[in-house]
Amino acid sequence: MNTNTPSKEHLEYISKIKHKNMLITITRILILVIFIAQWELTARLNIVDPFLVSQPSRIFKTFIKLMQEGNLIRHTYVTCIETIIGFTLGTIIGTLIAIILWLSDFTNKVLEPYLVVLNALPKIALGPILIFWIGNGQPAIIIIALTISLIVTIISVLTGFNNVDEDMIKLVKTFGANKYQILKYVVLPSSFPTIVSTLKINVGLSWVGVIVGEFLVAKEGLGFLIVFGGQVAQLDMVMLSIIILSIVAYIMYAIVNRIEQKLIK
Amino acid sequence: MDKLVLKNISMIYQTIETETKAVEDISFNIKDGEFVVIVGPSGCGKSTILSIIAGLINPSYGEIYLDGEKISYPCNKIGYMFQKDTLFEWRTIFKNITLGLEIRKELTKENLNYANILIEKYGLASFKNYYPRQLSGGMRQRVALIRTLVLNPEILLLDEPFSALDYHTRLLVADEIYKIIKAEGKTAVMVTHDIAEAISLADRVIVLSSRPARIKTIIDIKLSVNNKTPLLSRNAPEFKDYFNLIWKELDKNEY
Repeated sequence: MNTNTPSKEHLEYISKIKHKNMLITITRILILVIFIAQWELTARLNIVDPFLVSQPSRIFKTFIKLMQEGNLIRHTYVTCIETIIGFTLGTIIGTLIAIILWLSDFTNKVLEPYLVVLNALPKIALGPILIFWIGNGQPAIIIIALTISLIVTIISVLTGFNNVDEDMIKLVKTFGANKYQILKYVVLPSSFPTIVSTLKINVGLSWVGVIVGEFLVAKEGLGFLIVFGGQVAQLDMVMLSIIILSIVAYIMYAIVNRIEQKLIK
Repeated sequence: MDKLVLKNISMIYQTIETETKAVEDISFNIKDGEFVVIVGPSGCGKSTILSIIAGLINPSYGEIYLDGEKISYPCNKIGYMFQKDTLFEWRTIFKNITLGLEIRKELTKENLNYANILIEKYGLASFKNYYPRQLSGGMRQRVALIRTLVLNPEILLLDEPFSALDYHTRLLVADEIYKIIKAEGKTAVMVTHDIAEAISLADRVIVLSSRPARIKTIIDIKLSVNNKTPLLSRNAPEFKDYFNLIWKELDKNEY
């Protein structure tokens, strides 16, 4: 119990855990290094065809070239912004719709089967229609990202609302609370963790939406680079875009994760 | 004078498949400052009676009078305490205690002052800015009681308020909460299935039948102890006689 002078057993325990964690990190890095090294090597030795699978050094060269042309940052920025707008809108609008459905049981019951169908539908299928309606541009991409995250948000936030402790609602009713006060004082704050974790799911879904949207219409963005690179048979560009995509997607996920931990504390 | 009067209260729950009679023709009077405990077998409809008094559900038949007048809801004179403490984890202890005032838009200087007096008086002053998860089960239940008392209700409804606590804590918290309720001069109606708890707290015990709940008997509890508290009551010589009496009443139609 004394935290100033930890016992020998405790120190041993800590060093054991540290040792194990270090081993895990080293192994992780090693896997990556070995993978890149064998990729480069097999491509140089022509064991695999570098035209088909590209190769790390060529990807790096493409990276330098595109950076010098000054377009790469622009493409990455465009895709990130579209994703952020998509999942923020999806979360906000989805939560608002969930609130409306919670307030009116009748509306909720009426719309239930439609929600289920919309949830089951692969939203990507709506892509061409949305482009036809909204036009060939960024708004269409954002709307595609939005439709993908919207229904999931509505359903999971509403489930969160309905799982709120009945006794808490009863309690504020004995204080004379009306439905809006129940929402404000009980339902929203106690579903807050659910809403934040939906945000996390939505980040992933919005990336899917944005990339597919860019495949269909874009003139810029990482999704555009991937399609363009494929069309002009420049697999280095495709690979580079995928690597950048996975890095920025990871960063964005990590940020949302951090926000979640901060908020839920 | 009678503080609270229940007249021929019946409650029938409707579902598509069937209708269930939960409460049948319950009538009783409660005097000002009295502590009445309702005991009955599990699931007999005890809590339904409290919910009806609190106005959370409408009875199918019957009427309730408060201070001689037919009661109307929402009723500021009634406070409700639950089995679980239902503290809001995202609010501090102080904010939990003033929740009712906030909802009723009565966060006046006097009311906040009164809240602080109660907090001080019942030993929660140093925990005001803590969060519920930092408090023990017994203390949480005390916060729940203060949260109700801040609204200055005249009648307190207690729905098995100690049953979520372990036995040792339960005896102590029951003692403590009884003392607070008496010190504040409140009328109380409590529901429990614990016979010993009922005798140790009650001025009168109402014994209910199994579902649908009907009144089997009403027993005045007169224990020969000075300055009655729930813990002392348990030592009274009459305690076990009352226990046997209520036990037999409950036993008659059960199992």
